[in-house]
Amino acid sequence: MNRKWTETVIEAAIRLSGFLLIAFVFLIFLFLLKDSLSLFRVYPFFDFIAGTKWLPISEPPSFGIVPLVMGSFMVTAGAIAICVPIGVAAALYIAEIAPGFLKTILKSLIEVLASIPSVVLGFIGIVWLGPFVKNLFHLRTGMCGLTGVFLLAFMALPTIITISEDALASVPRMYKEAAYGLGATKWQALWRIVLPAASSGIMAAIMLGIGRVIGETMVVMMVTGNAPVIPTSLLQPLRTLTATIAGEMGEAVSGSDHYYALFAVGLVLFIITFILNFTAERFLRRTRR
Amino acid sequence: MEFTTKISIDDLNLFYGDFHALKSIQLHIPQNNVTALIGPSGCGKSTLLRTINRMNDLIENVRTEGRILIDGQNILDPSMDVVTLRQKVGMVFQRPNVFDQSILDNLLFGMRIHRQMRSRSQTMDLVHKSLEDVGLWDVLKDKLRKNARTLSLEQQQRLCIARVILLTPAIILFDEPCSALDPIATMRIEELLKVLREQYTLVIVTHNMQQAARASDYTGFLYLGELIEFGPTAHIFTNPRQKMTDNYISGNFG
Repeated sequence: MNRKWTETVIEAAIRLSGFLLIAFVFLIFLFLLKDSLSLFRVYPFFDFIAGTKWLPISEPPSFGIVPLVMGSFMVTAGAIAICVPIGVAAALYIAEIAPGFLKTILKSLIEVLASIPSVVLGFIGIVWLGPFVKNLFHLRTGMCGLTGVFLLAFMALPTIITISEDALASVPRMYKEAAYGLGATKWQALWRIVLPAASSGIMAAIMLGIGRVIGETMVVMMVTGNAPVIPTSLLQPLRTLTATIAGEMGEAVSGSDHYYALFAVGLVLFIITFILNFTAERFLRRTRR
Repeated sequence: MEFTTKISIDDLNLFYGDFHALKSIQLHIPQNNVTALIGPSGCGKSTLLRTINRMNDLIENVRTEGRILIDGQNILDPSMDVVTLRQKVGMVFQRPNVFDQSILDNLLFGMRIHRQMRSRSQTMDLVHKSLEDVGLWDVLKDKLRKNARTLSLEQQQRLCIARVILLTPAIILFDEPCSALDPIATMRIEELLKVLREQYTLVIVTHNMQQAARASDYTGFLYLGELIEFGPTAHIFTNPRQKMTDNYISGNFG
């Protein structure tokens, strides 16, 4: 009887942990929703979601998040355009081409890359990359979208490389043998068989990379110039959703409209990353099948 | 033994690092016949098979000495183009390894990589003929767009054979092609081998002695990397010259 009782307790504890996880996500969502709704009681939802001006401390204030969404979107798109080709190529190299010892070294180096704190990258951006971009394009300031794009691409690389590499390495050996057996060259086997077979894992890697970039705060706050205007080019200062929350939360009076507007921004961010992770999970599940 | 030699293996030695896996193999494989290679696990029969289309090149630390002549050309020569070789010497593997793609894409893979794509109607004629040869045309003619992995294992293995046939090889190597199949499917594949030998030279590795006895014309027995005996299958199974062969085929070891 005693043994059975232990089993029951352990099972209950494990189940509780599982449910707690779901409860936390749900509670965070409710919390964001509650405070966001406080904004929408005094400020029209449409003006928030489609407004083109983010002027939280003027009189009357304007809480249009289009400039912020655009800022986040442009920086993310730019970063992904850079890091996806490089990341997938690097993953291919590690999974299929690099000799054993190099593979081990590269994999641990990527771990190191992933563990660099974002403040440090932001610092490098301010003292080195920013001035470099400034001189390269003869700008008034190097604190612009492009500087953020470079750093964010660098930050998303480890995610994309690691997950793509896993997907490539888990392509069954027999596919490659079949291709070689039919006379394929190494490149043909990679391009026509291994890459397509790993494609859903690579898509998941890209999704998680995007999630990483969209959610990143410190770097973009430090190097993108923080101008909440609708950006027309990556060479202009811009501001992302995350940087807005981090930058303004300290000065917003608790309980003010501005305060609630920042929660609404958080809700938007939450929904975006939720969709991204959800899609990534769908892709990953397809790989496993 | 009266036959035309298709593959002539001359003093072949193969090393995995320090391990001497194939020892001075001398073997003439006859044209348009089924030759079975038998022997206990680890005797080197698969290794020998994989040497004939240089699949061992994919493994690190493999060293080969000696010569394998196919139509007078030494295929172990470093200057030999393995892409051309593998087109000429096709291979069917232990587990059906169809790609996770449509049946048609599986069949056309070889032609695509060798840039042999013809007009649509010509291509479809070739596809038709190859599927006909492996007895799949009637079953699959309306399902060519279906994913090949939805087929039964036997059908997948037949598809793998069709995929090889499309490249018009001279030789087809089979590495235990029935080990993932049930007895009835195995029997059908063996019957297919008998049809295919009219057009191709077939070499099959099997750990199943009944299969070798049923499906092959010539049999070679390998033990610990050495070719102990080679001869007409009927001979090997009824009246082997070597004591060791006798012991193996009567199930005393292995």
